[in-house]
Amino acid sequence: MTALLKVAPALERTVLAVPSIHCAGCMSKIERGLGVHAGVASARVNLSARSVTVEHDHSLDAHDLVHALAELGYEAQARRDELAPRLSAARPLLAPLAVAGFAAMNVMLLSVSVWSGAGGSTRDLFHWISAAIAVPAIAYAGQPFFRSAWKAVRHGSTNMDVPISLGVLIATGLSLYETVQHGEHAWFDGALMLLTFLLIGRVLDAMMRDRARAGVDALLSQAAQGAMVVGGSGGLTWVEASKLTPGMVMRVATGERLAADGEIVTGASRFDQSLLTGESAPIPLHTGDAALAGTLNLEAPVDVRVSHAGHDTTLAEIARLMEASTQSRSRYVRIADRAARLYAPAVHSLAALTVVGWLIAGASLYQALVTGVAVLIITCPCALGLAVPVAQVVASGALMRAGIMVKDGSALERLAGVDRALLDKTGTLTLGRPLPDPAALLALAPDEAAVAIALASHSRHPLSRALGASLAKWNLAAAALKDVSESAGEGVFARWQGLEVSLSRPQGGGATMAAALRIEGRPVRLIPFSDRLRPDCGSALAQLDRLGVECSILSGDRPAAVGEIALQTGLTAQANARPAEKQAVVARLRASGRKVLVVGDGLNDGPALAAADASMAPGSASDVGLQAADLVFVQDSLIALPRAVRAARRTMAVVQQNFALAIGYNLLAVPLAMAGLVTPLVAAVAMSASSLIVVANSLRLVSAAK
Amino acid sequence: MTVLLLLIPAALAIGGVGLAAFFWALRNGQFEDPDGNAARILIEDEE
Repeated sequence: MTALLKVAPALERTVLAVPSIHCAGCMSKIERGLGVHAGVASARVNLSARSVTVEHDHSLDAHDLVHALAELGYEAQARRDELAPRLSAARPLLAPLAVAGFAAMNVMLLSVSVWSGAGGSTRDLFHWISAAIAVPAIAYAGQPFFRSAWKAVRHGSTNMDVPISLGVLIATGLSLYETVQHGEHAWFDGALMLLTFLLIGRVLDAMMRDRARAGVDALLSQAAQGAMVVGGSGGLTWVEASKLTPGMVMRVATGERLAADGEIVTGASRFDQSLLTGESAPIPLHTGDAALAGTLNLEAPVDVRVSHAGHDTTLAEIARLMEASTQSRSRYVRIADRAARLYAPAVHSLAALTVVGWLIAGASLYQALVTGVAVLIITCPCALGLAVPVAQVVASGALMRAGIMVKDGSALERLAGVDRALLDKTGTLTLGRPLPDPAALLALAPDEAAVAIALASHSRHPLSRALGASLAKWNLAAAALKDVSESAGEGVFARWQGLEVSLSRPQGGGATMAAALRIEGRPVRLIPFSDRLRPDCGSALAQLDRLGVECSILSGDRPAAVGEIALQTGLTAQANARPAEKQAVVARLRASGRKVLVVGDGLNDGPALAAADASMAPGSASDVGLQAADLVFVQDSLIALPRAVRAARRTMAVVQQNFALAIGYNLLAVPLAMAGLVTPLVAAVAMSASSLIVVANSLRLVSAAK
Repeated sequence: MTVLLLLIPAALAIGGVGLAAFFWALRNGQFEDPDGNAARILIEDEE
């Protein structure tokens, strides 16, 4: 690692996020393309992280590299610092797993000979070799459990790691004593096998969460947020959002988001505030009007004088609200730890009872203690420790294949209990982006559609992109255009077969969004754009209803717009809700005993998402929404909602079965142990058998997301 | 019996070599980009 990271002092290292890398071809194209670029020493693509690490000299900076990548055909962004070194949850567990696995196999080999009758000095020798392997291995590989158990005990609580750690430590201690005393039984194999099984469960769990997090990271806009600032001489320089100060003038191009709150000094445009307020209709703003950070400029470039930046913006206010509500969720106690609260005292008192019982029956202190310890070893919760993680790993994997990413380990537990859902309107029930009216598109003649595609491909305006994407499904060849020019705020103009053609803003500019397709000598075609309900909205809501989840709309949009959607979906609705009000609604419902699921995408939903029992966001959500939500679904269809709820409930059913299996195993094994009949061989067989049964039962969840 | 004195150290040594190799791989960034490593095999060498 260190050898790779060492950089010659003359070189700089820049990490760029390139979301569109997806195959070996992209990798070699980028590495070779950048490699021959002047000033670049080396370029290495990381496909898992969708990023490129470039070593280069001081003549280049991140912006030059973004340009170089754009020439190669890849959209790239310099990575935000805080996102770059994201720690993997699985990596630190790999080394302990390798050590535990290695030691378990070797000790098991020696144990088999002892079980098959090795005696006398041979058995002593084997026990000593086992001890030499097992004691350092347990000290190293057991650390994840010991640390977590110690943390719980210090805070006066208990979790699953407490009985695990106690079992492992006591088994090791007893085995060492037996080895020194030339005794018959050593339990090193059982202790190591337990650690190996449990570490496998944790590594799988961590890997699944790493993958979900990587998926969500890919959706987050990894661009350093900032703006082009107009300097004194009229020149433009790029300034990061955190370095913007009030008084600076930002030039905001069409399709860009504002990096700070401000006042428009020149120009006029329409702004999409849906992520901020939930309002779906774009708002026209003119010179002198205030524009908010996070809103999207739709029409024409404007100059905005910064009035608030950084911590004073509306965005920062929402972040503060969210921080307060995340704390209430961190009080949730996971089901495995709740089980441990009952389990640990039960098995520990059983072990104590056994010692007392044998003493009363007249056994020696040594014999009574050994039997008591055998009870602790046999009840060491191997199957119980696997019951939850394995079920969740399998279910999360199934959901991920269905396009739903589970970000948080306890999310499925919380989602399973949900009986009330609050849905945001813009971007959640609806797609949250303007789509051309299909009827107007069907009315276009084929050559008109071909001209429209060609014109739309020359503009990055949101309406042009939506039109291009919709027409692309028709598989039309784009018409050949000449003299193409785009005029900001007006449209795209060109010549086609000698005729003047254009795709532009319709005259008059009414309340509805529309684009006008003009072809010289033909009537003007008006294409209206509107936001539409997600596909399968009706059936998804019906399924949620059947699952016993009562839904309603909670939106920040105007009552008229919300009312229309409420009518279409048949849900009750609350409009004009500000972020703090949404959060208050969630708190009120939770206080009355409901388990609330919030589904939302905007910045304004952030506090409600963080305050709810469980939360979901579509992949198109704002960064804030993506980070606050427990689950993220990357598909247009709303069917992801009932699918996730159903999968969560099935997972919890399997977890409960697993608990029942684990407890059933204990009911069989504990009497044997109390009677003093358990040998290391019996313990090893019983532990592996119960673990395998639990894993096999969990594997039934492979189809949980169907 | 004497064969054990040979076999046990041999078994442990072989296992230990495997463990050491895994640790070497872990420290040298072999697990940094599993998807990329799978794709890299398809990249043709430059002529």
